[in-house]
Amino acid sequence: MRGSEHWIHMEFFIQQLINGITLGGVYALIALGYTMVYGIIQLINFAHGEFFAAGGYMGVILISWLASQGLHPYACLALALALSMGYCALLAMAVERLAYKPLREASRLAVLLSALGMSIFLQNGLMLTQGVYDKGYPTEITSGGFEWGLVSVSYMQIFIVGLTATLLVGLNILVFKTRIGRAMRATSQDKVMSALVGINSNRIISITFAIGAGLAAAAGIMVGLYYGSVNYSMGFVPGIKAFAAAVLGGIGNITGALIGGLIIGMVEIFAAGYISGEYKDVFAFIILIGVLYFRPSGIMGENIDDTRV
Amino acid sequence: MADNITPILELKNVVSAYGRIKALKGISLKVFPGEIVTIIGANGAGKSTTLMTICNIITAVEGDILYKGERINNIASDILPSMGLCQVPEGRRIFPRLTVMENLDMGAFFRKDAADIKHDLERVFELFPKLRERRKQLGGTLSGGEQQMLAMGRALMSSPKVLLLDEPSMGLAPLLVKQIFDIIRMINSQGVTVVLVEQNANLALQCAQRGYVLETGTVVMEDEADKLLTNPDIRKAYLGE
Ligand SMILES: Nc1ncnc2c1ncn2[C@@H]1O[C@H](COP(=O)(O)OP(=O)(O)O)[C@@H](O)[C@H]1O
Ligand SMILES: [Mg+2]
Repeated sequence: MRGSEHWIHMEFFIQQLINGITLGGVYALIALGYTMVYGIIQLINFAHGEFFAAGGYMGVILISWLASQGLHPYACLALALALSMGYCALLAMAVERLAYKPLREASRLAVLLSALGMSIFLQNGLMLTQGVYDKGYPTEITSGGFEWGLVSVSYMQIFIVGLTATLLVGLNILVFKTRIGRAMRATSQDKVMSALVGINSNRIISITFAIGAGLAAAAGIMVGLYYGSVNYSMGFVPGIKAFAAAVLGGIGNITGALIGGLIIGMVEIFAAGYISGEYKDVFAFIILIGVLYFRPSGIMGENIDDTRV
Repeated sequence: MADNITPILELKNVVSAYGRIKALKGISLKVFPGEIVTIIGANGAGKSTTLMTICNIITAVEGDILYKGERINNIASDILPSMGLCQVPEGRRIFPRLTVMENLDMGAFFRKDAADIKHDLERVFELFPKLRERRKQLGGTLSGGEQQMLAMGRALMSSPKVLLLDEPSMGLAPLLVKQIFDIIRMINSQGVTVVLVEQNANLALQCAQRGYVLETGTVVMEDEADKLLTNPDIRKAYLGE
């Protein structure tokens, strides 16, 4: 008896671990947008969560429409994913151009307020065009999965983790191995010197917003698939949790965003599983406050910062 | 220099300001192709501001900046390197978290000619063998002298026509300073026009053909370098006599 009880505990633990990785990966994808933008222009882009919401909506709209055109469900998903990421990338570039670029020489507070305004504007835009009610996601695309005793892994989770990993590897290659990635890192380190070697920093800033929003859009679709629906205000809470993840990892640091996202995801899932589901949202905020109080530079803070954007 | 040659770089009554405070109060100077021209002056005279204004990091509020006869006041900073106008700024400004190799690559950021870039890289490694040894190291971990070499190497990767150097000797040991100045002469002998800003007036005037003396945002004297070197006023004010 004792042995089997032990196994139940073990399986429960493994299940939580898998769920934690899934959710943590999603937070990491959103956190990357905060951290990359912060790395380049030292702005906390409060509107970032709205790209996540917009991506979730564009995803469900496209999946439904493509399915009605008779496309294979996987093709629908892949195409919707790519198009939503592209849409949010363009949206973010437009937001940056309209709301942040004119304030390049202004105080940080002015830009921050502009970001808050943009967040409200985008969220209300989504509400006015898509309504206040939840919009269901066609979750049957990725239904089914594996089971080992009490541990179950849905195809959806495999899809989410696999896609997250792919995007992270892709981003890593982009930032650390390509010419444009070098220019992004150079711009974040010294804008004057970047200009003196011929880098157009406005272009780099624009690209950074596009990449961050594209990743957030992918996260929005994953969350839609995972929870089965999207809502116009869905960007707010995951946005703050991902922000907490970025701060925990060390804002401006790409590896930090990944670690922070995984930790926040794990803590949330384990807290819900072992303490209480009702308070699961609280833990990210406790971590955020704790980090800001005890170690504002985060885990990958200033001393080991060679993976900053 | 003969009057019938067009200067490759010319400033006409350039005024530049930080907020309401004018740092350059109408500077005029000419640099002819192939020259080494030095700008000397005390700390705070406006030497760095002059170079930053030429590169449009600080936009001139009055006056004309001409490069190869064309007014460049309104050309964005990030376009100038591709036109052949490059600067090694004060303090070197190495990208600290890029490797030495990546720093050098940034110098060639705007270039597409892969074969020529490779050739220039070899040339930089020949001038500064240390950089080859340290190419995988982060820029921020180099010593001051190595950072100066990297900064100059990075500028050479842009294949400049005119190279603006801001206090390349700053903070370096005498032996390194000599080495850096030898390399400045070598770069110049290979056809690069050099504008050399220095507080070390003695060294700068020995290296340059002509010099300008800057005092609180104004050119107070210009002459052949050897004449400035023997000018009693200059010797008293800038050469510590
Ligand atoms: N970023 C700045 N903001 C305000 N004033 C500045 C700034 N940089 C330089 N100055 C002022 O402009 C003048 C010229 O400075 P600078 O060009 O750096 O002199 P130099 O290079 O000859 O030492 C000085 O009075 C200096 O205090
Ligand atoms: Mg200076």
